[in-house]
Amino acid sequence: MANIITDEIIDYVSILAKLELSDEEKQAAKNDMSRMLDYIDQLNELDTDGVEPMSHVFPVNNVFREDVVTNQDNKEQMLANAPKQKDGQYQVPKTVE
Amino acid sequence: MKITDLTALELGKKIRDQDVSVAEAVKACMEQIKSREEQVHAYVTIDEAGALKRAEEVQKLIDDKTLTSPLAGVPVAVKDNICTQGMLTTCSSKILGNFKPVYSAEAVKNLEKAGAVILGKTNMDEFAMGSTTETSAFGVTRNPWNPEHVPGGSSGGSCAAVAASECFYALGSDTGGSIRQPSGFCGVTGMKPTYGTVSRFGLIAYGSSLDQIGPIGKDVADCAAILEAIASADTKDSTSVARDRYDFAKALKKDVKGMKIGIPSDYLSAGLDPEVKEAVLAAAKVLESQGAVVGQFDLSMVEYAIAAYYVIASAEASSNLSRFDGVKYGYRTEQYDGLHSMYKKSRSEGFGAEVKRRIMLGSFVLSSGYYDAYYLKALKTKALIKQAFDKAFEKYDIILGPTAPTTAPKLGDSLQDPLKMYLGDIYTVSVNLAGLPAMSVPFGCDTKGLPIGVQLIGDCFCENQIISAGCALEQGRRGE
Amino acid sequence: MSKQYEKVIGLEVHVELATKTKIFCGCTTRFGGEPNTHTCPVCSGMPGSLPVLNKQVVNYAMAVGLATNCKIHQYCKFDRKNYFYPDNPQNYQISQLYLPICYEGSVEIETASGKKTVGIHEIHMEEDAGKLIHDVWEDCSLVDYNRSGVPLIEIVSEPDMRSAEEVIAYLEKLRLIIQYLGASDCKLQEGSMRADVNLSIRAAGAEELGIRTEMKNLNSFKAIGRAIEGEYARQVELLEEGKPVVQETRRWDDNKECSYPMRSKEDAQDYRYFPDPDLVPIVISDQWIAQIKSHQPELRTEKLERYKKEFDIPDYDARIITESKKLADIFEATTAICKKPKKVSNWLMVETLRLLKERGMDPEDIRFTPGHLAQLIELAEAGTVNSTVAKEVFEKMFDANIAPDDYVEEKGLKTVNDEGALRSVVESVIAANPQSVADYQKGKEKAIGFLVGQTMKEMRGKADPAMVTQLLKELL
Repeated sequence: MANIITDEIIDYVSILAKLELSDEEKQAAKNDMSRMLDYIDQLNELDTDGVEPMSHVFPVNNVFREDVVTNQDNKEQMLANAPKQKDGQYQVPKTVE
Repeated sequence: MKITDLTALELGKKIRDQDVSVAEAVKACMEQIKSREEQVHAYVTIDEAGALKRAEEVQKLIDDKTLTSPLAGVPVAVKDNICTQGMLTTCSSKILGNFKPVYSAEAVKNLEKAGAVILGKTNMDEFAMGSTTETSAFGVTRNPWNPEHVPGGSSGGSCAAVAASECFYALGSDTGGSIRQPSGFCGVTGMKPTYGTVSRFGLIAYGSSLDQIGPIGKDVADCAAILEAIASADTKDSTSVARDRYDFAKALKKDVKGMKIGIPSDYLSAGLDPEVKEAVLAAAKVLESQGAVVGQFDLSMVEYAIAAYYVIASAEASSNLSRFDGVKYGYRTEQYDGLHSMYKKSRSEGFGAEVKRRIMLGSFVLSSGYYDAYYLKALKTKALIKQAFDKAFEKYDIILGPTAPTTAPKLGDSLQDPLKMYLGDIYTVSVNLAGLPAMSVPFGCDTKGLPIGVQLIGDCFCENQIISAGCALEQGRRGE
Repeated sequence: MSKQYEKVIGLEVHVELATKTKIFCGCTTRFGGEPNTHTCPVCSGMPGSLPVLNKQVVNYAMAVGLATNCKIHQYCKFDRKNYFYPDNPQNYQISQLYLPICYEGSVEIETASGKKTVGIHEIHMEEDAGKLIHDVWEDCSLVDYNRSGVPLIEIVSEPDMRSAEEVIAYLEKLRLIIQYLGASDCKLQEGSMRADVNLSIRAAGAEELGIRTEMKNLNSFKAIGRAIEGEYARQVELLEEGKPVVQETRRWDDNKECSYPMRSKEDAQDYRYFPDPDLVPIVISDQWIAQIKSHQPELRTEKLERYKKEFDIPDYDARIITESKKLADIFEATTAICKKPKKVSNWLMVETLRLLKERGMDPEDIRFTPGHLAQLIELAEAGTVNSTVAKEVFEKMFDANIAPDDYVEEKGLKTVNDEGALRSVVESVIAANPQSVADYQKGKEKAIGFLVGQTMKEMRGKADPAMVTQLLKELL
């Protein structure tokens, strides 16, 4: 089954992924995704009826921490790598409500 | 004998015996780096001053017998997706080109407790996505055996550094074969532990349910010692599994008499290079001669592993890499028009083509309408793959096979056809899907003079079996 | 003539849990603090960081679920909700979609039209986002991650409500239950309780649901009421004009009393939920559930009945006192000391509530201790201070939690009970006010009030007005 990846799909996925592709890149993306999805379609051959999707490979459950404060004021460290900051906060372009 | 020809454990002993000082060892590595690095380019960051300073500290602690670990004072290189406090950690990506973490990964802290001296950070495929280290934003790494060939990936820099004696051992990470395959291509020994054995805290995530940090060394004994040093139960990592025992080096003493070794016949099929196949069969013979019992069997599910892996890994990666947005750290584009423009431009300019490709694929398979058909289907496939291995391990103690279908390809050959490149992961990805431990051990070279690696896969939590078998293989090879 | 339309309303209520630390890291949840001083690599989304779940969050979530008659999913997980926004450090929120911890519950509400059951579809745990501040000077926004990672539960109701009144009753009931459990202080104005309203309309008597809109930014009960009426009117107008209602999220502006659509085309609203690979599933045993049940504090209805029986106070009084757990706690503690439940309840119902209203405070903000209230009550009972003075002392105690015994001593506020001394003051007042005396003796009863006032003035308020009146009557 050939997967037809349209411009609309690429544009939609670009919004989800927050990526901006040039026309050339879009064309390449359409081809790449198409081929990869065709390959991935092999999985449809597999009979997975009654098989539970396995997220975690080992049955580890209930990993918790106690409700005790362990961290201190690390403001300098946290902001050390900020591209732009002001008044101890990360600065970004205006967000529209 | 040059200092840099020693294994990590041999050096560790010489340091304890006061034959070599830590500073001498560091300087020897730096000399080696000066002579080989221009061609090999294994490193992104080299911290000579920091290493020498640390060498002084460590020397004191060894002299007053505070540090007694077998690796105390031994210089190490760390893959650049593992956080090192205050030292550039870039994932070989422009988007983290100026990033200095404010904390060190748990595995790094464990190494430092054991007295390791960090020489620098090694080159990799960008965000660990790739099989040749050619997707790095900071230039390719060349295979020390033949500079026209790739070292493999994504831990290409770490493996090349060990192979070129630019360090005594290295840390890598393995999500779909990223330690094992480049180890095979570079003729060094590399291991991926059982999932959860080494803390992932501080490993910059690619495929969270598949990632593990692991050792890359000159032989099996080194790898066992490194694993002992870095493995720990970490309360900061919810997926960390507390092991009953951490004395992996003990397994070096055990022989393989009576060990049941299975070779999947589906691994020996058409796509496998005949010289690599020969090496695997020869390795089987070596183990047999030491008392192991070798048989072939049908593993099944092999043809579906790559599809399942790429769906799961890309899906998790697309989410894990969302945090790189120019807000809190890393690259922010210079020209933008509003918030979303800043996001899109920073990410599009900061990420390379392969990363963008996988983020797109991952976002797609998780998106509305496709989640069941792709993502859930892949998770069900993963369950079946685990079942196939469980069945195999009822009959066998370890599984023997190739690490990769070929030896190292030439630089520039792999990137034109991403799908073909993905198919090279056929022997390694299912191991990550099932959470199993596995090791690549060097076993000769092909007629082109390029190293061949054979892979030993153990049942979960059974590193001791593959360590014993790997050791036996080494001894068998040395005897030839 | 326009059709009759019915409002169909469901609520999504977010509640900030009263844990000491955040849901996935050991940072404090303490309110206030300089920006980004309560953060760490985990809650500010640094590369390589990993979440670890705070057990107390699970305890609180279960407690709220059990108190609202929910079933518990004894196997539940966390999922990632992926979307880009600067207050979201990882650009995904860890929440629960596929297996929320609680489901299929209900609460009983009471309005003027009677009792009603509102269904709860599910309750799930999730992490809060950081705070965005808009900087007008530089036309940019600033991000503070102190709040990022604070644990939330989201309570999703069935679309069972039909009026603003029912919505308010539902929110008040939820708040009462959650406060009683100690799980949160549920203050709308402070944001520890936030309500989003989902509203659709349909012709009266119709079965099918209309298209619903979601409304956000509702910061008070009044705003919620206005928003519901406003959105109802807007949807009716659309339908009357033959236009469809668009399913969207709208932001309510309480100043302008209207709403604006929030969605932009930069946002596909496709959250790509998938199980978070960094967290392991939660398996809740029957024993754990039993443990939570057994530790559940007495809830409001039980307390109400017990107060009526044990302390013999009327239903009306008991209702008011148990409206707030803090008030109820003060009542019991004070009564335990002075053993005068009716007096205690009176002070709480009258003076305390009056001052709370005047100062715009919640009962949770009460500063005075039960010990001090008990002292004041004893002083008033013993006649050591008169009722006017008692009220003054109470106000000081309310504002600064002064100890009444000490305060009365210091300021010399004790009522003068020495009849002799009082008599001479009364006599001098009589002598000084012949006109009033004459008026009184002529039959003007009210004139005595003036004389009482003058005496109290002379005594600087430290006399018992009843005794003064008695003496005056005696002497005149």
